[in-house]
Amino acid sequence: MSNPTLATSNFPVSLADLTVTDLREQLHSRAASPVEALDALEQRIAAVDPHIHGYLNRDLEQARALAAKADVTLPLGGVPIAIKDVLNVLGQPCTCASKILRGYVAPYDATAIARLRAAGAIPFGRTNMDEFAMGSSTENSSVQVTANPWDLSRIPGGSSGGSAAVVAAGEAFAALGSDTGGSIRQPAALCGCVGLKPTYGRVSRFGLVAFASSLDQIGPFGKTVRDAALILNAISGQDSQDSTSVSEPVPDFTATLDRGLKGIRLGMPREYFIEGIDPQVDAAVRAAIKHYESLGAEIVEVSLPHTDYAVAVYYIVATAEASANLARFDGVRYGHRAENPANLLDHYGRTREEGFGPEVKRRIILGTYVLSSGYYDAYYLRAQKVRTLIRQDFTQAFEKVDAIICPTSPEPAFKAGERTDDPLKMYLADIFTIATNLAGNPGISIPCGFAATDGMQLPIGLQLIGKPFEEASLLSIAHAYEQSTEWHKRRPPLPA
Amino acid sequence: MSSPALDVRYIAQLARLHLSEEEIATFQSQLDHIIQYVEKLKQVDVSGVEPTAHAAPVFNVFRPDTPRDWFDAATALSNAPRQAAGLFSVTKVVE
Repeated sequence: MSNPTLATSNFPVSLADLTVTDLREQLHSRAASPVEALDALEQRIAAVDPHIHGYLNRDLEQARALAAKADVTLPLGGVPIAIKDVLNVLGQPCTCASKILRGYVAPYDATAIARLRAAGAIPFGRTNMDEFAMGSSTENSSVQVTANPWDLSRIPGGSSGGSAAVVAAGEAFAALGSDTGGSIRQPAALCGCVGLKPTYGRVSRFGLVAFASSLDQIGPFGKTVRDAALILNAISGQDSQDSTSVSEPVPDFTATLDRGLKGIRLGMPREYFIEGIDPQVDAAVRAAIKHYESLGAEIVEVSLPHTDYAVAVYYIVATAEASANLARFDGVRYGHRAENPANLLDHYGRTREEGFGPEVKRRIILGTYVLSSGYYDAYYLRAQKVRTLIRQDFTQAFEKVDAIICPTSPEPAFKAGERTDDPLKMYLADIFTIATNLAGNPGISIPCGFAATDGMQLPIGLQLIGKPFEEASLLSIAHAYEQSTEWHKRRPPLPA
Repeated sequence: MSSPALDVRYIAQLARLHLSEEEIATFQSQLDHIIQYVEKLKQVDVSGVEPTAHAAPVFNVFRPDTPRDWFDAATALSNAPRQAAGLFSVTKVVE
């Protein structure tokens, strides 16, 4: 994009610029209708998505039909929500941005989708992602490369890059994503929106195409913390279809947002403030910490001594689970199948060769290796034990603090194409988000500043990590910062 | 290279995944690099440490096995690349 016209005014020029909270008010008071909201979104998408490429597809006709009969008295009544292409939405494609699932149409709703519908929301649009959620830049999509709305030559983060980009660009009021090692929080940070990974077990994974089952968790993207809380309200809770979903009570996460910071202690993990962090990210996060202090929070230093091992543990555990989960893509029940196989092995081998992209193949190989006879103890079992130590780090730190505060990503968005040849370097982009998935804790990324790079303003994310199942506290801590700063109100300079 | 044990060609067979010669060469060098990186876990003393399989505080979850509405056969077959007589069609397994 050459010299995009800037629309820096914060005044909503379109319904599409509203938060979910404000849209609900308009729908509730009948100042606007769900169909009008949808049309405003569609108009924005038509103008902007040819530059962003955040959506893989959308079914406007079906969404309009749902909008026309939406019950606006429900908590999310008539609110369209974009869905990462990894969740089954009845009658819609669900491809995980992979060739192996091209043409697949979901025969059922994921539990998170069914719950959104029950709350009145309208699932609208499928967002781009790294194939099978494997990546940190959305460049591993087999379909298209999504651009960062703040600088179209840069990546939006990943793997839920499409969801983050469409929310940041006002092409969606909110979105769902999935987070296995940072796939919600990192793109939210890089695109300048809010992204929440709930506690493992908080949201049912039924109908989420599995990548690494012990790490995957579904969560919301929003323009504000309150919007994320509203969506978490709708999708949380135990589900008999997912035995790892828990029976913890689900409070109204919006009810306690204004609790304030009185008596709140935030922990700065010394291992997360290291050399190699982009200086502008470091400065913005330290300024945010000072800001918390000025708001009344107490800041203490904590230690997560096994931090340095988290990426290594992750790439053993996650690939091992992925290699098992992706065994289901055998060209029999669904998905691509190779033509004219010579025999059964040829059928499997070529179906998977033709259907999977390079990063998925690489991870299947690594995961199969660490589980293979003779290497299981040395890699997989050892990684599971170090995972225990990483969890203990968090348990001990949370004896002293209410939340941990640190950067979401060590750097702002990088240029498209810059890392695609160096998988290890790409993996290290998740260095601050991965441990949270290994431990199971909830984490949120909120906007906390901008990095001036090549004449562009690139969003910086602040990560807050909470105690298991204490999302209410985590959200109120995030909300206190957000409501006393202006970062979340900035919008990217999009082509008019 | 300290970890030549990852033989991409052999592991790809185990994973039922054909790879081109070019992919085998690329993955071999990239994965050697990654395996070298994860070797750092050997520095950690894990004696007496129990493994963590997942982070949810739940174990052995049961529910009543009761019938309920779900797909019919036609829906279950709706995404099948090949089907015949209301069944999934598979590549011949026995000669």
